Amino acid sequence: MAYDLKMRVWRGDASGGALGDYVVPVETGEVVLDAIHRLQATQAGDLAVRWNCKAGKCGSCSAEINGRPRLMCMTRLSDFAEDETVTVTPMRTFPVIRDLVTDVSYNYEKAKQVPAVSLQPPDADGKRRMMQSDVARGQEFRKCIECFLCQNVCHVIRDHEDNKKAYAGPRFFLRYAELDMHPLDTEDRRKVTQDVAGLGMCNITKCCTEVCPEGIKITDNAIIPMKERVVDRKYDPVVWLGEKIFRRGDRASRTEV
Amino acid sequence: MTGNALDADTADSSGPHGIESHDYDVIVMGAGGAGLRAAIAAHDAGARVAVVCKSLLGKAHTVMAEGGIAASLGNLWPQDNWQVHFRDTMRGGKMLNNWRMAQLHAQEAPERVLELEEWGALFDRTDEGLISQRDFGGHRYARLAHVGDRTGLEMIRTLQQRAVHLGIDVFMECTVTELFKDGDRIAGAFAYWRETGRFLVLNAPAVVLATGGIGKSYQITSNSWEYTGDGHALALRAGATLINMEFVQFHPTGMVWPPSVRGLLVTESVRGDGGILRNSDGKRFMFDYVPEYFKAETADTEQEADGWYEDKVNNRRPPELLPRDEVARAINSEIKAGRGSPHGGVFLDIASRRSPEFIKRRLPSMYHQFKELADVDITAEPMEIGPTCHYVMGGVEVDADTGASLVEGLYAAGEVAGGMHGSNRLGGNSLSDLLVFGRRAGLNAAYYAERTKVRAPRVSDETISAAAERALAPFSATGGENPYTVQKDLQDVMQRLVGIIRTADELTESLGDLERLKARAKNLSVEGNRQYNPGWHLSIDLANMLTVSECIAKAALERRESRGGHTRDDFPGPDPYWGQLNIVLSLTDDDTIESKRQPLPVMPEELQALFEEN
Ligand SMILES: Cc1cc2nc3c(=O)[nH]c(=O)nc-3n(C[C@H](O)[C@H](O)[C@H](O)COP(=O)(O)OP(=O)(O)OC[C@H]3O[C@@H](n4cnc5c(N)ncnc54)[C@H](O)[C@@H]3O)c2cc1C
Ligand code: SF4
Ligand code: SF4
Ligand code: FES
Repeated sequence: MAYDLKMRVWRGDASGGALGDYVVPVETGEVVLDAIHRLQATQAGDLAVRWNCKAGKCGSCSAEINGRPRLMCMTRLSDFAEDETVTVTPMRTFPVIRDLVTDVSYNYEKAKQVPAVSLQPPDADGKRRMMQSDVARGQEFRKCIECFLCQNVCHVIRDHEDNKKAYAGPRFFLRYAELDMHPLDTEDRRKVTQDVAGLGMCNITKCCTEVCPEGIKITDNAIIPMKERVVDRKYDPVVWLGEKIFRRGDRASRTEV
Repeated sequence: MTGNALDADTADSSGPHGIESHDYDVIVMGAGGAGLRAAIAAHDAGARVAVVCKSLLGKAHTVMAEGGIAASLGNLWPQDNWQVHFRDTMRGGKMLNNWRMAQLHAQEAPERVLELEEWGALFDRTDEGLISQRDFGGHRYARLAHVGDRTGLEMIRTLQQRAVHLGIDVFMECTVTELFKDGDRIAGAFAYWRETGRFLVLNAPAVVLATGGIGKSYQITSNSWEYTGDGHALALRAGATLINMEFVQFHPTGMVWPPSVRGLLVTESVRGDGGILRNSDGKRFMFDYVPEYFKAETADTEQEADGWYEDKVNNRRPPELLPRDEVARAINSEIKAGRGSPHGGVFLDIASRRSPEFIKRRLPSMYHQFKELADVDITAEPMEIGPTCHYVMGGVEVDADTGASLVEGLYAAGEVAGGMHGSNRLGGNSLSDLLVFGRRAGLNAAYYAERTKVRAPRVSDETISAAAERALAPFSATGGENPYTVQKDLQDVMQRLVGIIRTADELTESLGDLERLKARAKNLSVEGNRQYNPGWHLSIDLANMLTVSECIAKAALERRESRGGHTRDDFPGPDPYWGQLNIVLSLTDDDTIESKRQPLPVMPEELQALFEEN
């Protein structure tokens, strides 16, 4: 069934802009990104928007739809009444480049600070053995499609520009946690997670978890356990001692970075 | 410089035209699996390397790959080895593959997969804790290393993180429009920042093309806006050749409903994990479509087919897991015969065959995709699916060992390279191809740059100005056409006339249509300014789409037989004459696409013997 959708789309660039009103013919079953594409193809050829997969797999099409941070390709028009106006604005936390496209380079800068994985040598046959139950935790975090919606809603980043220097944000807490929970990794990243990534500034509001389109339990499964580990490191004098004693792969045998 | 330059501090922004310019040893065009692997290899070989890509880092097509990476690790079936993988690959490609590429691929894939693990990838595990492997069409043993049904995400993230860790320069949202040459050699590339519309010149003696495919030229496709065949077209214009362009893979299972998701991929893992195909009569129809060529290795009863998942020694493969070209044609025939599903597909059923828990664990993103986008619960009801344009087997003709094209300094790897997959690619063989040949191309580009250090190529100022002028042309035209309209018409022509089933009449008609589209594409107008302007970007991409589409249509008209991803209604069977030949395309001085026939490289006897045993 086809109908005319009323849309308001933010148009503009770093120097300013405004919501533009449009009427776009759409069909039931379509998603917001379909409407944006039709708008682009027929009425606004220069409308700037990022997308790639149109299936919630690449994390390119993040925006705010009626004020809610979402992926445009996974937001169905049937979520809205046919006479409702759908308003699409760029993510608020990142500087706008043009229309719906924002400058997300902050995230790529933070990615550079994450120390790389550093595994112990493989077994004699050149392969590595890890149990499914041991990789499952890291796998949950690696589902991240880097849509940066969690970064967009985290108030530590959103409300205080100055924090950006010292704070990596929820997406990257996932990375630190993933490496820390890797069964074969040899490094202890608790200190950098605290000192460089600024884990301590997160006050567990869970806003990040709420918007994650991959349903990753960012706060419960990554941030909180990581905070607990950091606390352990800080207050447990035995950790250093233990390092010499435990076998490879154990937490205590990891090298701090 | 924009926010999208990762680390590039070699900028000398006061070139002769005020155009930003950078010097490197190796430029890698593309940040998918092939490009990133090439960049890592070139870096490891000591080259100064930069990666350029049209989207943000981590968003290339590779991120969408679902099913897995084919490699004969032998973790579940110790009988598996590179010879079996090689044989499966060649037979899947109907023996038109470049045998040397297929051999290197099968031999090196396991090592490349283990390397990903070394760099942090977390694959699904077997009970012994090894990398788990899954069944896929055309593969004799369970062979695909995977992470649920998001293997591509794991692969691109791992490579991306490795590249960032090594400090490789990345130019994101930066599109190359032309390759520069100095005489016969590559001299660099011309590009624009999508963010600002500003130009940049990348000087380098070696360029690795890793630009992926061409699927955006079709209406129903699993491919994104990036797949406009840029690398294919640029290579041709630089004097390289393309082979196998007539072979386009239509994946048998794309979503068909609702219209919004038409073409979106449904991974072959659904069939690998037990899913079957039925028509509107409820019949499991694939048993009726087993070609002579695969009879000996395909089950002929449902019982045997179902037994195969557990016992591959005493049972033969289910017909649903024939190579993709066979399955796509079968589905096409069922739909044509009026036995299709309500929305013009057929049914793919895993709900009645596996438990909801199994399905959700093995196919989480398919479950999510159908639930969110089609209101279908795949653990309770069948999916409706139909063929979708997915992959191009054709690409730049390269030297198997080095990835070198015919142009000095120009390399290609990944989907943009031709030869590896012959007339049809097996599922899972692309991701492994990216790693094996990405690495080889990167290394060899670096060696080449090192060898030619003493005679750095130069690009003249006039050449640079001309490239800038060409890119800006759509802004100065007035009263021209909307590029989106021309693109839509192109997709319609390719879908209707150069699709799964082809005839001489329709192909000839398509060539006429393409000529008219080319004329229209010379007169495009775009609105707005140079800043992040998708209409302008498309107007530049369109020329590449048209070039590549013409290559496909020309080669398809030339090949008078049916084989793999090329089916001619007027020549329904394979022909041994054509089975010995590649169609090679090149661009003449007056910009016409010329085709010639070229014999396949001859396979050495010890490899030939692998096909005689069976
Ligand atoms: C939905 C889907 C599922 C798939 N599943 C599987 C699977 O399970 N197993 C498997 O083996 N294969 C699979 N494939 C195929 C496989 O994913 C692709 O063939 C492969 O990822 C291509 O990788 P690539 O490195 O060659 O190119 P891509 O990953 O597509 O990267 C191309 C890069 O080139 C850049 N580029 C292009 N043009 C330009 C230009 N003009 N200037 C600058 N940069 C440019 C792009 O921005 C991009 O970064 C799947 C494909 C799809 C679409
Ligand atoms: S839980 Fe922490 S990281 Fe997540 S939004 Fe709140 S403050 Fe930010
Ligand atoms: S954690 Fe979730 S919300 Fe954050 S970037 Fe990744 S996918 Fe997006
Ligand atoms: S387009 Fe890929 S997540 Fe929306």
